[in-house]
Amino acid sequence: MSNQIKIGVVVFPGSNCDQDMVDALSIYENVNVFKLWHKSEDLNNADLIVLPGGFSYGDYLRSGAIARFSPIMKSVIDFAARGGFVFGVCNGFQILCESNLLPGALLHNNNHQFICKNTFIKAEGNATPITQSLKANKAYKIPIAHGEGRFYADEETLKQLNANQQIIFRYCSEEGEVGSTFNPNGAAENIAGVCNATKNVFGMMPHPERAANSLLGNTDGKEIIESLLKNLFGDLVERSAMIETHS
Amino acid sequence: MQASSTALTNKDTAKKLGILPEEFDRIVEILGRTPNFTELSIFSVMWSEHCSYKNSITWLKTLPKKGAGMLAEAGEENAGLVDIGDGLACCFKIESHNHPSALEPYQGAATGVGGINRDIFTMGARPIAQLNSLRFGDPNLAKTKWLLKGVVKGIGDYGNAFGIPVLGGEVFFDECYNVNPLVNAMSVGIVKVGETASATSYGVGNPVYIVGSSTGKDGIHGATFASGDLTEESAKDLPAVQVGDPFQEKLLLEATLEVIKTGAIIGMQDMGAAGITCSTSEMSAKGKHGMNIWLDKVPTRQKGMQGWEILLSESQERMLMVVEKGREEEVELVFQKWDLYYAVIGEVTAGDRLKYYMNGELEADVPADDLVLGGGAPVYKREYTEPAYYQETMQFNIDSVKEPEDLVAVATFLTKHLNIASKRFVTEQYDSMVGTGNMSTNNPSDAGVIHVKGTNKAIAMTVDCNSRYVHADPEIGTAIAVTEAARNIVCSGGKPVAITNCLNFGNPYKPEVYWQFVGAIKGMGRACTALGTPVTGGNVSFYNQTVVGEESIPVFPTPTIGMIGLIENLENHTGIAFQNTGDKIYLIGSQQNDIACSEYLYSFHKVKLSPAPYFNLEEEMQIHESVAGLIANKIIQSAHDVSDGGLWIALLESAMVHNKGFNVELEEDIRLDAQLFGESQGRIVVSVSADKEPELIEWLALKEVAFSVLGEVSNQEISINGKSFGETASFKNLFDTALGNVMHA
Repeated sequence: MSNQIKIGVVVFPGSNCDQDMVDALSIYENVNVFKLWHKSEDLNNADLIVLPGGFSYGDYLRSGAIARFSPIMKSVIDFAARGGFVFGVCNGFQILCESNLLPGALLHNNNHQFICKNTFIKAEGNATPITQSLKANKAYKIPIAHGEGRFYADEETLKQLNANQQIIFRYCSEEGEVGSTFNPNGAAENIAGVCNATKNVFGMMPHPERAANSLLGNTDGKEIIESLLKNLFGDLVERSAMIETHS
Repeated sequence: MQASSTALTNKDTAKKLGILPEEFDRIVEILGRTPNFTELSIFSVMWSEHCSYKNSITWLKTLPKKGAGMLAEAGEENAGLVDIGDGLACCFKIESHNHPSALEPYQGAATGVGGINRDIFTMGARPIAQLNSLRFGDPNLAKTKWLLKGVVKGIGDYGNAFGIPVLGGEVFFDECYNVNPLVNAMSVGIVKVGETASATSYGVGNPVYIVGSSTGKDGIHGATFASGDLTEESAKDLPAVQVGDPFQEKLLLEATLEVIKTGAIIGMQDMGAAGITCSTSEMSAKGKHGMNIWLDKVPTRQKGMQGWEILLSESQERMLMVVEKGREEEVELVFQKWDLYYAVIGEVTAGDRLKYYMNGELEADVPADDLVLGGGAPVYKREYTEPAYYQETMQFNIDSVKEPEDLVAVATFLTKHLNIASKRFVTEQYDSMVGTGNMSTNNPSDAGVIHVKGTNKAIAMTVDCNSRYVHADPEIGTAIAVTEAARNIVCSGGKPVAITNCLNFGNPYKPEVYWQFVGAIKGMGRACTALGTPVTGGNVSFYNQTVVGEESIPVFPTPTIGMIGLIENLENHTGIAFQNTGDKIYLIGSQQNDIACSEYLYSFHKVKLSPAPYFNLEEEMQIHESVAGLIANKIIQSAHDVSDGGLWIALLESAMVHNKGFNVELEEDIRLDAQLFGESQGRIVVSVSADKEPELIEWLALKEVAFSVLGEVSNQEISINGKSFGETASFKNLFDTALGNVMHA
């Protein structure tokens, strides 16, 4: 099929959600998803680069701090500067912040523990491709799994992020209420995800690819992925029979 | 310990290394001369309980090993392997890391996770799920909190980075574990049939590679350390604890699975206990060849390591691989791709001798077969005696316990009791969803259930052992552990397939402890035979006891059972949750006038000795069959087994998931506390929509199992025999927060 949407999922040593992301993106007939190796500088003409979750280079030193210096990131940074689309989840989000492709930083959770559980997030407006097709009042059930996921930015940056509509997701209750009680990690202003000023680079701590399969009893994340792809590249065609991969 | 590698030894040196005088004589006989220090060290680790099973193998051999679909029987490979159809096999094993965790909980637990996962991928399988079974002392002690937090962080940090989800586990507290916690970790993997790797070595001239981390001084004599009593002096053995690097493990996993695909690998084994010594000797013995090993070629972390230190180091994240000569470049490309250290450290030779050289000098020359289990390693039959307390347990009579008037108070007590309350303080620190296969996140079930991608199947898995029951009666208690595991699998929609076991006991030289061990094996054998779940292997951990002053106190005998089951059709996955208000609640199995060994009797009434609870294996098997049929025929909405905390906790757990209540009526002629809080075995709570109720009754009548209607699912309110117990939400709050509150206090 022509007009395939080409998506490259970067594999760093220590990435462990790369295959999950590939699986979640492989259910569409008009998406061609492939892995990109960290030692290469070739993005293989991808339309969208995805940085998946995991512990790149062991996340020693600081999450994402080493990954930003890998050969592939040199190309990703150039690609983003030219307006290319980049999406980072969890460790991918951390790498994007470390690379200065996204504002802010991700600090240790305020309870100093790794946290893995379902959380609820709410789209902040619909000014970005990733939020554009989401329901304004719906609390999306999306799991988190991180030790360093507390979004931090200084006052001035936060003010700008709000003003420029760069905040894409905030943690909320099951009913959609945003409040400190529903903030799992102490993130500033309950922020779960942001984009850059030019709205071509997106990052979020919760894992939409873990909520993209009815077998797991949750497809809220599929809606987020589809909003992003649809608004960037046009309609998606889902495969009639799900083809799954086993590696 | 400082010693010259080649100095000759005597029985004093032997004693320091944990070798008995008669074992020393046997070594002299095998070698035909007095061993030097390096050689004696090799025997000391290989003949330690940890590697040789010398005090347990006689009884372990009585366990059922054969069954349909068994691809590797116990003892043949690093882990058990069973066929699950679709050209796939499931590889699984459980192992303990108790002694290291007692001294250094973080690294002890972390390296336990690393070790068990290596056992899986060294066979060519990709791990897809992990479980763990943890036991700690009195939760209010500062030491217990330190141990628990360290162990949980260790498991989390290692497993989360490695990227394999934790699907289930146990956390249990009792003061018998105050100094000696139990840390048992299980891993489950999937491999294509015919693509497994074997722990063997053959082909004269084939190169021997070491791959992964460089070798340091950590973990030297770890296996020997694990095979002695834990004492107040044990803290000095800290260097015997290894340190873990999950990032290396992840690279090693990917490289290992990739290098197997080249077809150039003759055999491989990970380095766990006893490091290079164990892997070289076990692989050589299996392949009936010898090896020349050049210890100076091993990449080391520090300069000046002696030969015996390199041989015995238990540095983590290392593999030994024998590669087909001439195909070195193919495998080295894979190691380079993953940025792993590797070196050729030896070659396969004819004959059966292991010759270890250091800078050209022969340091040790030993026959491989005499070192290993099933070869020349010693085998002992230990004496055993029934302990005095056993008769005392029989004296218990339920009539001596007055039934409390306020059952709501008991219900509240049990709901927040730490052996029963939610373990989310622990489990939320583990990544349970990576891999996008965990089907029990949003549909919690008695067993953890993981989708086998690319198929319509799932693997159900659980770890179970109520060690209080096993202490009360080792034979019945262990049979219960196996049967409860099977019940969990059945309630989740699976068919029990096989087990792995982790046998945590005290000092086997104590006849009362050995009596517990023998009873446990008998009970396990009986239940596994009846249920058709062969034993695929596991691990024995003796010496779990603490010497305080003159007195040695063993932990509760704890034979942890790890069971896997197969869900043939994903639609059969069944959760514990009550679904809809108005659905009917049934109890399958019979109520008993029994509170023996329950958490209720032990903690609320503080009666410490009583027999194991009611258990009838034949009855249970009929119940399992009937519930499997209800699930296959899509008759029921939920199934949940009655276990710790009794029927009350089972009902509450089913109600809490979707914040429902329940309205039930219990039987009149049996004590209410026994029905609600007793832990008699063989009971399953199911819920059914009103329109399916006739089918349920018809099916159960046909199967001739005992069952009764309990009541129905309500909105929020809990009512038992017309008395209100309050709302589910308030119990849920107690249940969810109890453990965190104590750990943060």
